[in-house]
Amino acid sequence: MVRYLLGYIGRQAGRAVANLHQAARLINQTAYWVTIGSFKKGVRVGSLIHEMTAVGFNSIPIVAVIAFCIGMILALQAAYQLRRIGAMVYVADLVCLSIARELGPMLTAIIVAGRSGAAFTAEIGSMKVAEEIDALVTMGLNPIKFLVVPKFMAMLLMLPCLTLLADLTGMVAGGVIGVASLGLDAGVYYQQALRAVAMKDIIGGLVKSLSFACIITLVGVHQGFLVEGGATSVGERTTSSVVTSIFLIILADCFFTTLSYIFT
Amino acid sequence: MTHLPNHNHDPSIATIEVKNLVVHYGPRKILDGVSLRVFPAEILVVLGGSGCGKSTLLRTMLGLLRPTSGQVLIKSKDITRLNEDELLEIRLRTGVLFQSAALFNSMTIEENVSLPLREHTALNDATIKIMSRIKIGLVGLSGYEDFLPSQLSGGMKKRAGLARAISMDPEVLFFDEPSAGLDPITAAGLDDLILKLKKTFKMSIIVVTHELPSVFKIADRIVMMDKGLVIFDGTTEEIKASSIPRVRQFIEREPEGDACQTGQFLEALNCG
Repeated sequence: MVRYLLGYIGRQAGRAVANLHQAARLINQTAYWVTIGSFKKGVRVGSLIHEMTAVGFNSIPIVAVIAFCIGMILALQAAYQLRRIGAMVYVADLVCLSIARELGPMLTAIIVAGRSGAAFTAEIGSMKVAEEIDALVTMGLNPIKFLVVPKFMAMLLMLPCLTLLADLTGMVAGGVIGVASLGLDAGVYYQQALRAVAMKDIIGGLVKSLSFACIITLVGVHQGFLVEGGATSVGERTTSSVVTSIFLIILADCFFTTLSYIFT
Repeated sequence: MTHLPNHNHDPSIATIEVKNLVVHYGPRKILDGVSLRVFPAEILVVLGGSGCGKSTLLRTMLGLLRPTSGQVLIKSKDITRLNEDELLEIRLRTGVLFQSAALFNSMTIEENVSLPLREHTALNDATIKIMSRIKIGLVGLSGYEDFLPSQLSGGMKKRAGLARAISMDPEVLFFDEPSAGLDPITAAGLDDLILKLKKTFKMSIIVVTHELPSVFKIADRIVMMDKGLVIFDGTTEEIKASSIPRVRQFIEREPEGDACQTGQFLEALNCG
């Protein structure tokens, strides 16, 4: 029994270390090809634009709609509490601050993880199943440079933009609810929002979204390269990619928020 | 069959030389000391049943797998010990046709074929276009340049994959199960194409397969593998005359042992 247990722990640990080693190699190579490599050998502009469209432009509707809903929900929930103490004007503070600092970056990242992170895993996974990754290697094309770098750069560029869009939409939605059903004046909401949100809140959110972008791309791509066998494996890895990404995004968010709480 | 055996070739001119290759996959030993040579303008067929290690041998020769020990010398350079840049040089001189053709699904046939040229040469677009169209014409796919791989049949995909494999005018060409999943006529067409390539470009060609009709048509020399070992190395005439039991069994398509064990089954029924 003890022997069985020890064996199990050993095998799991061995697998975890191998996995970690692979992930570390992927991070190392991606870092090289995104920075030094792209200066030396150039970036594939066509692929970059293609990925930017897929990651950024095509996500605009869903990000906007969800951010709008979140803004509305926040405003209503805030009003519910603030009405009792007669401080309705602080709805603006609550909505705008929580969106700029937390919900904007995190929700955008979670949506994009579900859309693009999953797509990355499925794309690379099915390429691996169809021997296309091997074909790239034998043609002397580095799969990291060819497939990962455009995705990584597109994500780094587009996720902050989407976050800004979500921030703005959410804040506007809060205002719409405030004016339409809470009896707030639009000008007052605007003034109060400006007073509440400082530049550092927005920038803090964008810094977070950059780290989320790294998480989504690296997890998605790593899971894609782990695909082995056939279609079942692609499905499993895609699920695991989304779950891992979301878990790491929330973990990272927790870390950043704690950090900013301690240092301000 | 019309070609002379290459046994009397000088070993020093071999394009590829595999020496004592041992490959493990996890704890399992897949290749157990495989050695072979491929000479210029020669078609070597690696023959063997499923699971004999022939795909592993191919992947190791392509530098996709690292061997536990042994050497793979391509143009007298050991590819198992080269760094990325040196390996790139070798890769530009080799072409591969994978079993599934491995065309990139998001690109048209012409984009697929011209990809190596665009990535590895400084040629201008017009030249690249002409060069890739020549290769597409060579495999008989003229007119299909703007098709996506998903719009082509299995045989056409293989041809397109071949056009991509030869787009850089390689000296060595690898085929992984070229006729797998093709009807006999299409497979025969592909065989002719392989022979044409050898004749026109004097390439060294390595074909991994288990399709006997195609083997006898194209092979200059045959290496047969079983359980990670080379059990036969010789010409088509020699393999037909071979007395090695395993080789005979393969050539004559005899099943493994008494596969269904009908006798025992009937006996058991009678006893019951």
